[in-house]
Amino acid sequence: MASVSQSHFVATRNACKLCAPLGAALVFKGIERGMPLLHGSQGCSTYIRRYLISHFREPVDIASSNFSEESAVFGGAKNLAMALRNVTAQYRPALIGIATTCLSETIGEDVPGMIRQVAEGALEGNPVLVHVSTPSYSGSHAEGFTAAIKTVVERLAGERSFASSARQVNIFPGICSPADLRHLKEIVADFGLTGVILPDYSETLDGPAWSDYKELPPGGTPIADIGSMGGSMSSVTLGRIVASEPEKVAGEFLSARFHVSHHAIGLPIGIKETDELMRTFERVSGSVLPEKYRHERGRLIDAMVDGHKYIFEKKAIVYGEEDLVLGMAVFLSEIGMIPVLCASGGKSGNLHRLIDEMIPELKGKIEVADGTDFAGIDEMAERFQPDMVIGNSKGSRIADRLKIPLVRVGFPIHDRIGAQRILHYGYRGALELYDRIVNALLEVKQARAGLGYSYL
Amino acid sequence: MSPENKIQDAQSIKEEMLGSYPTKTARKRQKQFVVNEPGLEAKQEIQANVRTLPGIITQRGCSYAGCKGVVLGPTRNILNITHGPIGCGYYSWLTRRNQTRPESDTDDNFMPYCLSTDMQDENIIFGGEKKLKKAIEEAVDIFHPKAVGVFSTCPIGLIGDDVHAVSKEMSEKTGANIFGFSCEGYKGVSQSAGHHIANNQLFKHVIGKGKACKAGKFKVAMLGEYNIGGDAFALEELFDKCGITLVATFSGNSTYEQFASAHLADLTVVMCHRSINYVADMIEKKYGVPWFKVNFIGAEASAKSLRKIAEYFDNAELKARVEKVIAEEMAKVKSALDEIKPKVEGKTAMLFVGGSRAHHYQELFKEMGMKILAAGYEFAHRDDYEGRDVLPTIKVDADSRNIEELHVEAHASEYRPRKTKEELEALAKKGFEFRDYKGMMPEMDAGTLVIDDINHFETEIIIEKYKPDIFCAGIKEKYVIQKLGMPLKQLHSYDYGGPYASFAGAINFYRDVERMLNTRIWKHIKAPWHKVEPLAAVFINATN
Repeated sequence: MASVSQSHFVATRNACKLCAPLGAALVFKGIERGMPLLHGSQGCSTYIRRYLISHFREPVDIASSNFSEESAVFGGAKNLAMALRNVTAQYRPALIGIATTCLSETIGEDVPGMIRQVAEGALEGNPVLVHVSTPSYSGSHAEGFTAAIKTVVERLAGERSFASSARQVNIFPGICSPADLRHLKEIVADFGLTGVILPDYSETLDGPAWSDYKELPPGGTPIADIGSMGGSMSSVTLGRIVASEPEKVAGEFLSARFHVSHHAIGLPIGIKETDELMRTFERVSGSVLPEKYRHERGRLIDAMVDGHKYIFEKKAIVYGEEDLVLGMAVFLSEIGMIPVLCASGGKSGNLHRLIDEMIPELKGKIEVADGTDFAGIDEMAERFQPDMVIGNSKGSRIADRLKIPLVRVGFPIHDRIGAQRILHYGYRGALELYDRIVNALLEVKQARAGLGYSYL
Repeated sequence: MSPENKIQDAQSIKEEMLGSYPTKTARKRQKQFVVNEPGLEAKQEIQANVRTLPGIITQRGCSYAGCKGVVLGPTRNILNITHGPIGCGYYSWLTRRNQTRPESDTDDNFMPYCLSTDMQDENIIFGGEKKLKKAIEEAVDIFHPKAVGVFSTCPIGLIGDDVHAVSKEMSEKTGANIFGFSCEGYKGVSQSAGHHIANNQLFKHVIGKGKACKAGKFKVAMLGEYNIGGDAFALEELFDKCGITLVATFSGNSTYEQFASAHLADLTVVMCHRSINYVADMIEKKYGVPWFKVNFIGAEASAKSLRKIAEYFDNAELKARVEKVIAEEMAKVKSALDEIKPKVEGKTAMLFVGGSRAHHYQELFKEMGMKILAAGYEFAHRDDYEGRDVLPTIKVDADSRNIEELHVEAHASEYRPRKTKEELEALAKKGFEFRDYKGMMPEMDAGTLVIDDINHFETEIIIEKYKPDIFCAGIKEKYVIQKLGMPLKQLHSYDYGGPYASFAGAINFYRDVERMLNTRIWKHIKAPWHKVEPLAAVFINATN
């Protein structure tokens, strides 16, 4: 498998990654009555709020400790204490997730110490205070996401370990859409399992219209459930890239501390990886795959047979978080397409190897570029003569320039509505992706052929 | 309702909002609330441009956002490099909706690019100057820009990277005009500090460098117009029709060359007072170009502004042409209003946005016969609320002191007063005002609420209490307001509508607002079962 050499440019030109505090904020938004608080300048929380809002199209509250020049020099302890008091008085959160920023990390703030001091002063309602270190000069939003999950689990599952049900399973879903989270919950329930999904922003970031005002949106993983994770039968971590660094993963922690068996599998995108998910749940639950999913799988295969002639050997450029790229690449290879370029701003060092392992049949036909940016992808693009681009909104310029379709998946999608409802996971998600991919290619064909493809 | 009752009502809402805060927070916060009573002998004072308290979810951005995003963002041929970790560059990458129109296919347009030094751990520890130099060098090699702006983010100031020294060195090395901005996010109170930092550097490094500008009889530079939704295009067209030459716009649809030659105009007009009034002052002091405030949001306001420009140039031909354009445009405006006004008259609006927009857009609502219940700015200063009279009395706090004030003197060879003393006196006699801005509060009704830096929490209370028909703000407020079944008009990005400036823009706005108010969507918000006391709602209330 060819691997594209790292960009020889020093500057990052049109980045293909976001910063770590964003990932942490997303996790805290997925905890019941959770409030993210960024320890740094107010601009960080404003920018990140705005970015999450434009993707999810939902209210997103993120507090800040509003550093001033003075706090940048003398430290932000006073600011953090006041921020905790104010945000508690206004929103009465059950949990405040404090993520650091490049500013507070650069000056070396002792946030755990500060939290201890504040907690002694007892905040109204006694919210749980969790601290995660997310300097934006280290890793990307994907790392911030993983780190926040582990911190929350370490902090909460360490205290209470009584599962509410003997058939409880912990699920760490990876960065995915609210629709994906809802689907995971459905699958777990259909296996007769009780799932604790962390984070679960399926409602907090994709809720219905409100009949009355709510300080914090309903939904999210209940804190008590997180507390009971140590008593679950199993944990399932989705994302092979994430799991390739076991020391960073909550599931490994639960396994070591509470002997909760840990299954690390891929994002369930496409047939093979969804099969793996279903097998895992079969094993954990002792139940066989519910009939419903046999049908869904059958319909997916049937659709793939219907459409295979329109897409085989079609070439796609895929980009986004490394786990998403890996999942999409595996899926594309299953349906006969070639993910000619797999690109990510992430840099775990494991993407090449995992693509090799998962897609041996396309050896030599896939190039992998990690730690790259959109300018880099754009420069490489033409060489592959791709038929389509698959990824978030930021690749639209490449698609425009090459006059090929962009199938939007992942995060951020801010130039279309419905990002929160895109289903990537499960047989159902694969079917939706499949239809969108085939139809995007058919539209091009129809538009370009004078004779028309009006009857297939 | 009588004004007295309204004032009482607003007072009680104000108290309720403050009641939820810890005492110390409430004490500080209350100074930023005023129940408006215009015309009082002792003018009301509002606290503004003070730091948001930690933990209050403000809508404000940071200094970097104001500098890189707002002021330099809309300029197409100055290449911007963010020096810092990746987030800041990414979040300011094409996220403001300012547009640009290069004159030809070969003209530079760097706006789609987001260059960042993407600082990593080792750069924070060992310093990032070397990386920055290389980044500048390769950027100049690829793009051959005339000018490069380098923007510092939070950690830069702390680790001691000197962006100014690096910029100077690289300027000499590459021949491009390269300048740095110390716009670290923790500086100043809001994005307003960033505007100031940006404008100061433009004044030091760009304005005045140009030796020629667009030819024309009536040359104007427009400050504080950022071409959101094509506003600058609409204004360019309008000025063109009137025979007025726009030499430069700061910074909608602008270029480096326009900035460099802005001082060659014979008049400076200011749209957004907040973000740039001080540049108008500096241009006047250094080059002798007078300035006044204009407003092209609203048909009447546009007409008034055009007439003032014509009056300034005092040319019969120009005046006649301006009157002709106004007559033509107002006929169209009238016919639009005849159709739309009956459908919206008496409806209510609130505006919490910007440093001028919350004021400017009141014009449009008034033209539609709508009432303003409350308004406030996100990052304005006292003069934007109370008028420039209060300038000498504004206390300079630690945050403002950190923003450089340039000392400007008349240029030895290029200072050229555009009006003689006699001409200025004659104009003054006619009631003509320069350097004028009366602020928002005098133009708002008695009993309306004026709130500075309204936050998420207060927004939700104020909506609940007043139930306005439309709320104007930005994307951060948009979905919470809409979730409650109320239309929100974004005045930062126009929700991909616009332009709203000039006469044609006003008509666009009337139509957009009428559609938003009267769409059937809002009728679906309440489900049929909401008529009966719903179980679900009771449950949620109980858990809240």
